[in-house]
Amino acid sequence: MPARKFHSTWQSCRWLGLGLWLLGASTAAQTLTLVSYGGSYGRSVELAWVEPFMAETGIEVRMEDYNGGLAQIRAQVETGNVFWDVVDLTTPDAVRACDEGLLEFVMLADLPAAADGTPASEDFLPDSRSECSGGGLVSATIVAFNNQQFPDAPPSRLEDFFDLERFPGRRGMRRVPIANLEFALLADGVPINEVYATLDTEAGIARAFAKLDTIKDEIVFWEAGAQPPQMLADEEVVMTTAYNGRIFNAQVLENQPFTIIWDGQLQETSGPGIVLGTPRLEIARRFIEFMSRPESLAAISKYISYSPTRYSANAMVDSHRETGIAMGPHMPSAPANMKRALISDWLWWADNGDEMNERFAVWLSR
Amino acid sequence: MSAAASHSHSRPRGWLHRGFCAAVLFFLVAPVLVVIPLSFNAEPYFTFTEGMLRLEADAWSLRWYQNILGEGRWLPALGKSLLIGSGAALIATTLGTLAAIGLSSPALPGRGAVMALLISPMVTPIIITAAGMSFFYSDLGLGQTYTALILAHAVLGAPFVVISVGASLSGYNHDLNRAAANLGADWWTTLRRVQLPLIAPGVFTGALFAFAASFDEVVVVLFIGGPDQRTIPREMWSGIREQISPEILAVATFLIAFALLLLAAVNWLRQRDYAGAS
Amino acid sequence: MAITLKRWNRQALGAALLVAPLAIFVAVTFVAPLATMLVRSVYQPAVAEALPETLAALAEWDGGSLPDEETFRIAGAEFVALNERRALGSVATRVNRLESGMRSTLLGTARSLAAETPSASWRETMIAADADWGAIKSWLAIRRAGEVITPRYYLNALDLDRGGAGEIVVQPEDRRIYVSLLLRTLAISIAITGICLLLAYPLAWLLAHARPRRAGLLLLLVLVPFWTSLLVRTTSWIVLLQNQGVINDLLVTLGILAEQQRLALIYNMTGTIIAMVHVLLPFMILPLYSIMRAIPERHMQAAASLGASHWQALRRVYWPQSLPGVAAGSLLVFILSIGYYITPALVGGRTGQLISSMIAYHMEQSLNWGLAAALGGILLLLVGTLFFIYDRLVGVDRMRLSG
Repeated sequence: MPARKFHSTWQSCRWLGLGLWLLGASTAAQTLTLVSYGGSYGRSVELAWVEPFMAETGIEVRMEDYNGGLAQIRAQVETGNVFWDVVDLTTPDAVRACDEGLLEFVMLADLPAAADGTPASEDFLPDSRSECSGGGLVSATIVAFNNQQFPDAPPSRLEDFFDLERFPGRRGMRRVPIANLEFALLADGVPINEVYATLDTEAGIARAFAKLDTIKDEIVFWEAGAQPPQMLADEEVVMTTAYNGRIFNAQVLENQPFTIIWDGQLQETSGPGIVLGTPRLEIARRFIEFMSRPESLAAISKYISYSPTRYSANAMVDSHRETGIAMGPHMPSAPANMKRALISDWLWWADNGDEMNERFAVWLSR
Repeated sequence: MSAAASHSHSRPRGWLHRGFCAAVLFFLVAPVLVVIPLSFNAEPYFTFTEGMLRLEADAWSLRWYQNILGEGRWLPALGKSLLIGSGAALIATTLGTLAAIGLSSPALPGRGAVMALLISPMVTPIIITAAGMSFFYSDLGLGQTYTALILAHAVLGAPFVVISVGASLSGYNHDLNRAAANLGADWWTTLRRVQLPLIAPGVFTGALFAFAASFDEVVVVLFIGGPDQRTIPREMWSGIREQISPEILAVATFLIAFALLLLAAVNWLRQRDYAGAS
Repeated sequence: MAITLKRWNRQALGAALLVAPLAIFVAVTFVAPLATMLVRSVYQPAVAEALPETLAALAEWDGGSLPDEETFRIAGAEFVALNERRALGSVATRVNRLESGMRSTLLGTARSLAAETPSASWRETMIAADADWGAIKSWLAIRRAGEVITPRYYLNALDLDRGGAGEIVVQPEDRRIYVSLLLRTLAISIAITGICLLLAYPLAWLLAHARPRRAGLLLLLVLVPFWTSLLVRTTSWIVLLQNQGVINDLLVTLGILAEQQRLALIYNMTGTIIAMVHVLLPFMILPLYSIMRAIPERHMQAAASLGASHWQALRRVYWPQSLPGVAAGSLLVFILSIGYYITPALVGGRTGQLISSMIAYHMEQSLNWGLAAALGGILLLLVGTLFFIYDRLVGVDRMRLSG
């Protein structure tokens, strides 16, 4: 059987390679590589988690940026070359990665209890973490605009994002189907609780893409969370989808005249997981333990408007460190912001993500 | 009539032609230079502010230069780029020079095919090369190592050396080899004492090309580099793709100065080239 | 005679020895990686390695009706065992590419079978856990995903697929992408080559027939962008062309455009073409220049003195002699542009992407490496053919790096 013969040759090549690796590679032993989303969020992670962790443990942490998705983790695990240790993942990504055996399990029993003794197992918001992630944050994808573009009648509803007649100008949108398909259906009149049921049908998917078609020529795509505020500031777009925390930081730290449209927000949770097979498993676990403490989770809200996924940590959310602004009203979960809010269905995305990505790529190329 | 025509052969269509050429040269050079003044913008914008145009002192600033020196991202990146670039250039120049000398011999059988093989890394789309290398080196367990990057950049730089040394050799008089042999010099002595000194400008030019090719290479770094191998082009790439900041313009200005330096060096070498090969 | 032969051999051997180190180096560090990629485009053993028993059972299966109880039992047990080793997810992802929905079918079934091993019929239990197991296409997908050597990726790369009976069918309309992208890549490359030729020809002429000192100076101007980092040049174009960039600002300030009419010059096809012409122009100018320099000026003079008009002399006398340069430059620019990645990726936006971007997408985002490799193989064939033509027409040893 030629395939098998070929295969054995292949395997011996791998052994040869291992030998070469032992000769040639250098391994930096005890520096933890933490991968997160960069920009002002990355800065918040650094201040709230990384620096205190390094001070407490003496372990060196190196931060890397990425734009979400499982591609790089999958590549590292499949080729057996793991150089990322802890990765900040959205919950749908974490669930898939956990299913696919790309992440180490994180046991709730190993996570620290709340100050009043409530064990971690009773302290998390429902459906807010995968079996492979530590404590996390609630964030929202929202639409934001630059006030200077609409001095008279500013947009106020998600539908306005798709209304080129009343609100002409270019739109920013993340170059992935997630959030965009939901927004398209919501703006097309699908009620909140029917969005994913609609997406489950061919007609529903076609309807979402047809709605996106109506603004396609005006869309500028972004990939990194740091881009939308920049695009608004540079007036490259008049309105864009964005992560609420990034817009908040641009508002309060750079005094940018931006407004968030909370109507139709899409809420997601995220939390860090450990890449399966990392040689630095022990210090990776220590980091997860550290950042999952309620006080660590609450600490990040001093820098950016994302709220903790632990009840005990939510109670500690206070004010913005630099400006003293009360953070509560700026959180996605604030009651005033929740009038029309969609919670991302991670199970649906875990099942249909690949197909939607493929169809989105085809849609993009046309 | 004939007088006018004989003039127009060197300046065909006179001012129209010259104007067109000036425009093309402007198109080539101006975009490179535009980032230099913008890198001194006091505001985080990518265009000339009114203050800059009015030459107000406070509209100009060195803040982006202070940032890149202070931030601790670019200087390590420079170190890594230099390490990879010099390693790659060393390998490429050594192997490339030997190969070019071999290729210059009319006796070599299958010369055309060999030449095509050696040049092929230069014309193969970099995305294919990078994809192939990322499979290859991770199968070997060499992914995310300096070793892999240096080897990859060496093979990408070698064609430049082969071409550049080849150009020097095309003007080389092979009688010199025979003369040296008649005087009793062996093959190695001839190479070292006669041939190499004469083609040295071509060798150095090739080395600079190989270094520059590595110093500017990003796709292979993206595909096979790990967190340790964040070179300058890789930082530039994520900067352009994600968080365009005027810091990029300051780095770009440094790189332009560096390119001009390389160009001057190559030009100087070319004038000193034994053959004056062009 | 014998002595000449011996000397010839020694010379040839010496030359071969000098060339050998680089040739071996290129073979190992360049040709071998490309070969690895081509292997990947047809050879995908992961599923076959993970599901040996299931695939052995399915090999006996006729494919016309549902597999028998024994196959269900073997498959179900193998799924459970794999999932315990956390290896089912990556298999599920691969099967899912052939039949959407199989990811959750496989993972969900493995979970429910692990929770309770079927006491009676595996077949009924599995179909009850997920109705997909009652569909023949699910089993066909597993069998096809288990093929170790497969033309599937090349078919997909040409917008084709295989139907249930193994016949070749065209992909549904909303999945077709690669053929049109390939055609677009060729069209853009032709446009870029044409524009480069148009801009380069008069300039190369000027350089070739100017006084040497001035020609040297102007040549330096051509070489400035050639030496400047590609990423720097791309940054420059972003700065110049973006909505709030230098050119749009200038046009608005001069009153040529209203604030609302700013031109979309970047993050689209226009941006790709402008920036790529800038990058590739020197590759057109330099070969033209080196050929034109060798055209004696007196040929044009002679034509003129015979009464030819300027344009006639240009068309009949100069142009034919410059053709080798035109061919060399055009082929080089065309070869370089069909595989170009960096510039379109950074300034191409949605509409200015070339085939290379899909290779990068499948390498980095979708991780469909087989498809990335097949697209790479097709592009490689294209470039290889052109490079061969270039070698025949121009000769690789005529390549030069400066003026």
